[in-house]
Amino acid sequence: MSISTEVTRKTGPVMLDQGLREQSRLEKLVGPEWHRLIRGVFTNPLSVIGLIIVLGFALTATFAPTLAPPINALWDTTLIPRDGFKAEPQPPGTLWVRDVPDTIPFWYTPITGHDEWVHLMGTTSGQYDIFYGLVWGSRTALLVGSLVVFTSAAIGILIGSIAGFYGGWIDEIMMRVVEIFIAFPFLVGALILSSILVPIFGRSIWPASIALIVFGWTRYARLLRGDILATKERDYVLAARASGAKDIHLILQHVLPNAIFPTLVNWSLDMGAIVLSFATLSFLGIGVQVGYADWGQVVSNAREWILALDVYWYIIVYPGVALLLYGLGWNLIGDALRDILDPKLRGQ
Amino acid sequence: MLAEGLVGVLTNPHQIIFVKATTMTAYIIRRLLIMPLILLGVTILIFSMLQVLGPIERSALYIRDIPKNPGALDAVIRRYGLDDPVHVQYWRWLVGRTDPETGKTVGGILRGDLGFSRTGREPVMDLLKRRLPATIELGLWSIVPVVGFGIWLGILSALHHNKPIDQFSRVLAILGWSFPTFVFGLLVLLIFYAKLDWFQPGRLSIQYSQVVKSPEFTQFTKMNTIDALLNFRFDIFLDALRHLIMPVFTLSVVISALLLKVTRSSMLEALRQDYVTTARAKGLREKVVINRHVRRNALIPVVTIAGTTIAGLMNGTIVVETIFNYPGIGSAAAAAALSLDVLTMLGYALFTAILFVVANLVVDIMYGFLDPRVRLQ
Repeated sequence: MSISTEVTRKTGPVMLDQGLREQSRLEKLVGPEWHRLIRGVFTNPLSVIGLIIVLGFALTATFAPTLAPPINALWDTTLIPRDGFKAEPQPPGTLWVRDVPDTIPFWYTPITGHDEWVHLMGTTSGQYDIFYGLVWGSRTALLVGSLVVFTSAAIGILIGSIAGFYGGWIDEIMMRVVEIFIAFPFLVGALILSSILVPIFGRSIWPASIALIVFGWTRYARLLRGDILATKERDYVLAARASGAKDIHLILQHVLPNAIFPTLVNWSLDMGAIVLSFATLSFLGIGVQVGYADWGQVVSNAREWILALDVYWYIIVYPGVALLLYGLGWNLIGDALRDILDPKLRGQ
Repeated sequence: MLAEGLVGVLTNPHQIIFVKATTMTAYIIRRLLIMPLILLGVTILIFSMLQVLGPIERSALYIRDIPKNPGALDAVIRRYGLDDPVHVQYWRWLVGRTDPETGKTVGGILRGDLGFSRTGREPVMDLLKRRLPATIELGLWSIVPVVGFGIWLGILSALHHNKPIDQFSRVLAILGWSFPTFVFGLLVLLIFYAKLDWFQPGRLSIQYSQVVKSPEFTQFTKMNTIDALLNFRFDIFLDALRHLIMPVFTLSVVISALLLKVTRSSMLEALRQDYVTTARAKGLREKVVINRHVRRNALIPVVTIAGTTIAGLMNGTIVVETIFNYPGIGSAAAAAALSLDVLTMLGYALFTAILFVVANLVVDIMYGFLDPRVRLQ
């Protein structure tokens, strides 16, 4: 038991070593800055909506095998099962004839009222089941989003902190390299690199993911470098340096934890934006193979039916809603984070 | 003044701060000196992307048909030196090479030779040049609603902070920001073309595209709306405009969201400044305070995201041109990427990168003129 809690017990609610404000258990655990962040996100109504949406997608992804069971146990779940090969899309409610999933989950009959599998959201051209694509597509979205965002953030944080902390010619060279990557509008660069990577990696999530990382890390590097430039001159960093701390200790213990917050905002916004970019590439036909459980891939089937979209609206509306909600969820969280962290808005 | 600025930059970039009279010139010169370096880096990056492919895959870029005998590919690799050291290949790619049979210099991106486009069935440079005016026309028409709508609503929203109009535009901004361009574009097609049949995809109706190609119609700029006005053909102007409405609408909604957000928060910040309180305290009318003190200062940061907006337009044209079957360079790039037409893609990448770097330079210089803090840094 530490001294401070002893004092608290003896003197009542007022904590002598922390001034007049009492700290909650969470604040003691994570520190005041994180506490403000977490409390802010959970009290702002918009970000709560965002959290619910994202949680919904996470649950869908987790329970995908129960929501949309694959046609049998040996089925590669990343591929959308197809009911024949007819070109014309079938409307929601059409009876599933070929390659029907061999299990009917417990929720199916009570909710839909059917005893047999129907295409709940219809089929695209080529008879790919849209419902299956959306459910398993949320796995693809979360997987690709986390993979790309974590990797590009890691690269960006490494490069940005080295450039910002050491400055001088290291900074100069690194920032010029960043400028070269930034010379390509994001989607232009990603489009070109991913299509070049297709012959090497084959049609999978890898070409587009790698391309999105290659052209995505620069934003993190720039952001973090700027924040580190501002942080490293602070008194507590100078004090630590004066007491003989090593560079790596300084960066990891003092500079990075205080400069990382704006990166968090970007991270949250990116979780949505990257998936939308991935879906865009997939829509343009680059990256994953035809029939892969990905939202952009499902929408891309609509391109052949542009003349009759009023009849086949379900090919774009259902996956479109999924994409919009997914982007919206992360953006709502990111926006709330930005408002919480913006020093100009603090105390309002 | 120019020479002084140059000396200032060359001796010590940090010293420019003290050369007061020439700071702006020095700033511009510094940016201009860095630009060729960036462009050189861009060519290296593009070349490295090409090098991701092995010699055999790259040899396919030089032949039109599948070779009949197995030795043919090796011959191509040897003839074009595709397994030479990387720096030799890079130099050759930059300035061209001498063909051993004819003795002429061929290729070389610095000579404007970007290779032959498989999807376009013409040299890449010709393809890009022919399709560029359509994309520029689309971009120019989009800038008006993007800037107008984004800034106007942003200002309105800040002035009525937390009122219904503010809530409305915040929802609009976050929806526009979260909507993937291709989904929004397809929904626009669904409603305005498939359902209502008000507008058609494409660039011109068939009867008018014949007229535009005919000799009595002079193509000054190759941008249909402008050419039609210059030829006094208002029917063609209206037809071209009708085809532009859907893609322009899609681009504007998706892109103006960011502008709206930035304008709003910048206005809110400016409204809280002391000089605004002072201006109000000395009895200025609210209109004067807003116009002269708030808006002018609030719009400076908006210029910084001009670069992002331009990038958004370039990203957006790829998708929008593809969806609305609009024959610009964006849809050419998407078609090339789909069929692995590497040379067309790299040509397009080079083209856009140069365009974007120059646009960013212009934006930065503009910003320097607007905000004295930047040039004094």
